[in-house]
Amino acid sequence: MADVICVNGLTKRFGDFVAVNNITFSVKEGEIFGFLGANGAGKTTAMRMLCGLSFPSEGTGTVAGFDIAKQSEKIKKHIGYMSQKFSLYEDLTVMENIQLYAGIYGVEKETMKRESTALLKKLDFENKKDTLVSSLPLGWKQKLAFSAAIFHHPKIVFLDEPTGGVDPATRRQFWEMIYETAANGITIFVTTHYMDEAEYCNRVSIMVDGKIEALNTPKNLKEQFHVDSMSKVFDQLARRAKRGE
Amino acid sequence: MKALPYLIHKEVLQFKRNPFLPRLVIMFPLMLMLFLPWATTLEVKNINVTLIDNDHSSASRRLINQLKASSYFSLTNVAYSYEEAYKKVEASKADIIFSIPANFEKDMVNGKDVTLQINANSVNGTKGSLGSSYLSQIVNEFLTEMRSGNVTPKATGGFTIRYFYNPTLNYRHYMVPALMIIVILMLCGALPALNIVGEKEKGTIEQLNVTPISRTEFILAKLIPYWIMGLVLLTLCFFIAWLVYGLVPAGSYTSLYLGALLFIFVMSGLGLIISNYSSNMLQAMLLMFFIILICNLMSGIFTPISSMPHWAQMMTYIIFPHYFVEIMRGVYLQGNTIPELWTNYVALFLFAVVFNGWAIMSYKKQV
Repeated sequence: MADVICVNGLTKRFGDFVAVNNITFSVKEGEIFGFLGANGAGKTTAMRMLCGLSFPSEGTGTVAGFDIAKQSEKIKKHIGYMSQKFSLYEDLTVMENIQLYAGIYGVEKETMKRESTALLKKLDFENKKDTLVSSLPLGWKQKLAFSAAIFHHPKIVFLDEPTGGVDPATRRQFWEMIYETAANGITIFVTTHYMDEAEYCNRVSIMVDGKIEALNTPKNLKEQFHVDSMSKVFDQLARRAKRGE
Repeated sequence: MKALPYLIHKEVLQFKRNPFLPRLVIMFPLMLMLFLPWATTLEVKNINVTLIDNDHSSASRRLINQLKASSYFSLTNVAYSYEEAYKKVEASKADIIFSIPANFEKDMVNGKDVTLQINANSVNGTKGSLGSSYLSQIVNEFLTEMRSGNVTPKATGGFTIRYFYNPTLNYRHYMVPALMIIVILMLCGALPALNIVGEKEKGTIEQLNVTPISRTEFILAKLIPYWIMGLVLLTLCFFIAWLVYGLVPAGSYTSLYLGALLFIFVMSGLGLIISNYSSNMLQAMLLMFFIILICNLMSGIFTPISSMPHWAQMMTYIIFPHYFVEIMRGVYLQGNTIPELWTNYVALFLFAVVFNGWAIMSYKKQV
């Protein structure tokens, strides 16, 4: 399968501080790629460069076939993004949020109507469509945010700690949605702090102090570090970190 | 540009659902137009005079009666000594001490020089200087009248003063067009700035930055609602000016709306620049405060530019509301037309181009 993300020697400096230090990796189409690291390891900075929010200081990369430094606006047509802080407008209703994002990506009106109805039905949100997002429980918001991020059928969707603060049952449902999306050919690029979620990924990279210290399938990583869970792999690597939280 | 209608729709919905903004936007112009024209007056009235009459003659009483007849003065106190009167000034109960010397009538009848004393409290400079000059005018008239052989009506000659454009010298008519400027100045600059900084604070702006909407689309979506709001509020102000103050523009509405539209562009562009350089609401607010204060005080809204020192007059060329003040007063009171005021329109246009260009350049989706 073709690579949808391919980066080489990617580096981001803020003054003297090297947030992301010379990382090189690639992600295949349809893959669920876990992007792990402790707080402050540089995950979010790296992800922001891939999404065209931040210029790389050094190194090159392509996302969906476009250069991340020069063609970031073209990249933006082909990706979805769901940030940890926010994804939806709290003072708009469920339906208004879906319409807004669909409209921004130029989804045709007819398609929008048909697909948004189908989506609400699938999420079991039909009677909530005119509810303000601010009054939804967090788990519902996250599911809705994810659906809005993939509404325009992007090639890749970037999820920045999508399940932070969500209860285990909802997290499981959320991952079911991720699997279904990946099965439809959308590549998933996800950061997380939950090591059980890392086990669900096809491949996982672990960042420590701005560098990628390990990159493999969860199974191979466990073998490599002679442990029985991703959590222990992460502990071994994170112990090397010199940067404080 | 396909996304633009969706983005504008979002802004409108968010504005409507805001618990505070719609009320502010209506209350602000109402308060400003209904109350401030009565309060922001530089007219000198109610000058408190403390009188020391050392003569107690019929002439002094007549002079005092003339004072009382004037609408500018109110005789609040009668003092028996200068010290007593001075205490009134110290207590801010008197603006002027007016003393009539002993033998005032006698000296006058005998053709001697008489000296009346006016002491003005000039803590409030305007009140002090205008008050004393009004008062000396009344005294002089009184003296000429007395000398020219009593109270016969004045002979021929003299002056007829006719005031142009604001014939009744109504200060409210002078202030109303200027207060409309403040409405736009405050709302069309500050609101878009706070809106964008608000999205920055909540982090929603990042979500928009990862979408393919262009900078122009983003900015237009933020501004168009406020442009429309500005024009609607201005229309409300025109209506109040007519209903409450009976003031209709001597010139055309077209020239007012054209000037207002340009001025709204300038203000909203400025608001955007501020929002691009501020990372939180507090910063944006303080910066806006600073600029609005200078604009209010230096653009000729309250104090005439022509009486500022030369260097300050030079500065008003960059105090952009000044051009709109010229347009509003020119059209409203003097009935000026666009060709007569064209330099002001061009200046506003240039400011609008520079500010909005700068705003679009300084808005970065990728940092």
